[in-house]
Amino acid sequence: MSVASLAPLAVALPMLGAALAFVLIRHPRAQRRFSIGTLALTLGLEVWLLAFVWTAGPVAVHLGGWAPPFGIVMVADQFSSLLLVISSAVSLSVLIYASGQGAADDEESGPVSVFHPTYLILVAGVSNAFLAGDLFNLYVGFEILLTASYVLMTLGGTGSRIRAGITYVVVSVVSSLLFLIAIAMIYGATGTVTLADLAVKLGALDPGTQHLLHVLLLVAFGIKAAVFPLSFWLPDSYPTAPAPVTAVFAGLLTKVGVYAIIRTETLLFPTDHFNSVLLWVALLTMIVGILGAVAQTDIKRMLSFTLVSHIGYMIFGVALSSVLGLAATIFYVIHHITIQTSLFMVTGLVERRGGTSALTRLGGLAKLSPVLAVLYFIPAMNLAGIPPFSGFLGKLGLLEAGVADGSPLAYALVVGGVAASLLTLLVMARVWNRAFWRTTADAEDPDPVLLATAPDASGVSSMRALRTSKHVDATEGRFSGENEIPILPKTMVYSTMGLVALGVALSVFAGPLFDLSQHAAEGMLARTPYIEAVLGAGAGQP
Amino acid sequence: MSVNLTLLLVMGVLFAIGIYLLLERSLTRVLLGLMLLANAVNLLLLATGGYAGLAPIFNKDIPAAEFNDPLPQAFILTSIVISFAVTAFMLSLIYRSWLLSRADHIQDDREDRRVATQDLFDAEEDSEIAVEVSDFHENDHPAASREMIPGVTLKKTVRPGPHPERTDNA
Repeated sequence: MSVASLAPLAVALPMLGAALAFVLIRHPRAQRRFSIGTLALTLGLEVWLLAFVWTAGPVAVHLGGWAPPFGIVMVADQFSSLLLVISSAVSLSVLIYASGQGAADDEESGPVSVFHPTYLILVAGVSNAFLAGDLFNLYVGFEILLTASYVLMTLGGTGSRIRAGITYVVVSVVSSLLFLIAIAMIYGATGTVTLADLAVKLGALDPGTQHLLHVLLLVAFGIKAAVFPLSFWLPDSYPTAPAPVTAVFAGLLTKVGVYAIIRTETLLFPTDHFNSVLLWVALLTMIVGILGAVAQTDIKRMLSFTLVSHIGYMIFGVALSSVLGLAATIFYVIHHITIQTSLFMVTGLVERRGGTSALTRLGGLAKLSPVLAVLYFIPAMNLAGIPPFSGFLGKLGLLEAGVADGSPLAYALVVGGVAASLLTLLVMARVWNRAFWRTTADAEDPDPVLLATAPDASGVSSMRALRTSKHVDATEGRFSGENEIPILPKTMVYSTMGLVALGVALSVFAGPLFDLSQHAAEGMLARTPYIEAVLGAGAGQP
Repeated sequence: MSVNLTLLLVMGVLFAIGIYLLLERSLTRVLLGLMLLANAVNLLLLATGGYAGLAPIFNKDIPAAEFNDPLPQAFILTSIVISFAVTAFMLSLIYRSWLLSRADHIQDDREDRRVATQDLFDAEEDSEIAVEVSDFHENDHPAASREMIPGVTLKKTVRPGPHPERTDNA
């Protein structure tokens, strides 16, 4: 018995927590504390699990004691346990952020109290997808997290959320159906759905069948990961959701798709038939995504497009199928989960402080709230890949892997990667210039909330005007004190600070993290450690 | 493994109708399309189990080949439950959409339309760089020239020059 046999608790604890949080629906404060406690406990368990797997290599847990390949297995290898830890850390800080927002807005009596149980279910689904040792369990994990995300996306049921939610649900259901078709065909062809067993058996199939199954899986996961031709739904649906929900979606959900693509490419189909296709897809994802971001004038939509663009970097590393490329991808996934989530959290704060996330209506935030400016600046530069941040290190690793590959297409991707990175810097700098750096008076159409506290331009009179206007009544609860200055709840600021600090810590401890990524990548490309952990010694030999 | 032709035909028809309905603009039809597609996939899963056999209750007198494969049926059961939940949720979304906009079709994204129709010319970024007006050279570049550049609207009045008190001191 080791800590590894507790791995299923990473799924079971949030599930159980969700059930109990649902019971506490009439006691919002207790519910908040309880869900935060549950997630903290899960995080502790996962850190313990990572510490064990770091040295011991992949471990499999056979649920119900059924011998593989018949029973359901959960496998924790270095990659999946690393992702578990980072995803729980991120979702914990977003939960604290959301609790701060809920407490500040006094939304305790509304239907929003389903937020906490649903959120825990989402976390359980993500953990289940990372730990799943068979395809069908992966499907179930996806469905758990998707169903929870449908509810979170349409929280409150306003017109724009319903509109975006319908697109999101239809696209997700279609991708799930494609995945299910792939599972049915794979089961028909091999008679098993256990990943380790499939890794042994799929290679023996007729190449045509292999290609069909491979493409089906890639398309299904590609929709979830939002790679270029299949990414149309993401910038449409993410920005309308509430700020904490967008933050956690941007950080985690697409990465689950990327995780599934990585597993497909390394474990199930280690052949390089589709590598050049994937390289093209990666290039187009990077370029088209970032060009979309350049055209936007709303911070949330802009960030959604950069999210799509940076998925391209991850696909780039996977498609190279070298140890360095895969290690850089793993590092990049970890970096991007943290950074993208913190940027969306900061945007939520900007919305509270400035009343909007439209760049034409913002200005002067650096003066109004220096803390907010610092909190934006660090992850923004990190995302753009400015040294010494982790974004730079991850991109450097990917570019090195591309150069080491040496093919013309890989060089094209190196160039594309640098271009996308520069354009990201442009986009980030534009947000900085408009929302933070210029004076409030320069904003084309400043928001009343922003004007209410702007120190220049006859602030006193506009503040009075605002106090009597109906606008304030609509946003009651967001103002406090005699001057009715929009407040940033401490809990929200501290949780954002925590995540930004985690992003900085990733840069500081990049050495050990990259070593671990390299270790994980070697194990995944060798495949035998994973297969032998599930099926027993000797099973991985050809 | 042998395949049941009737199942295959039904499955094909369901897929065809499902995809057709999915491409409609009416939300209710899209939902119906999704339901048909889910059922078509369930039939596909059922087909992977091979011909129908005995119920898989272990009996050592019966050879293993006589039994039906229970695993695809477990898959189907899971998939039915999931598609049931999603269908219920979709219905509530469609109803809500109907309440809000009295429309049963997919709405356009306003922001998308705005981006599509916006000017190629952005006043702040694309206009020619305004002539620098400094306190020291105000005579070289008259302030009025800034206002002649198209697209640039001045928010603040350009400072006329050194402050009166400063000129007094000088």
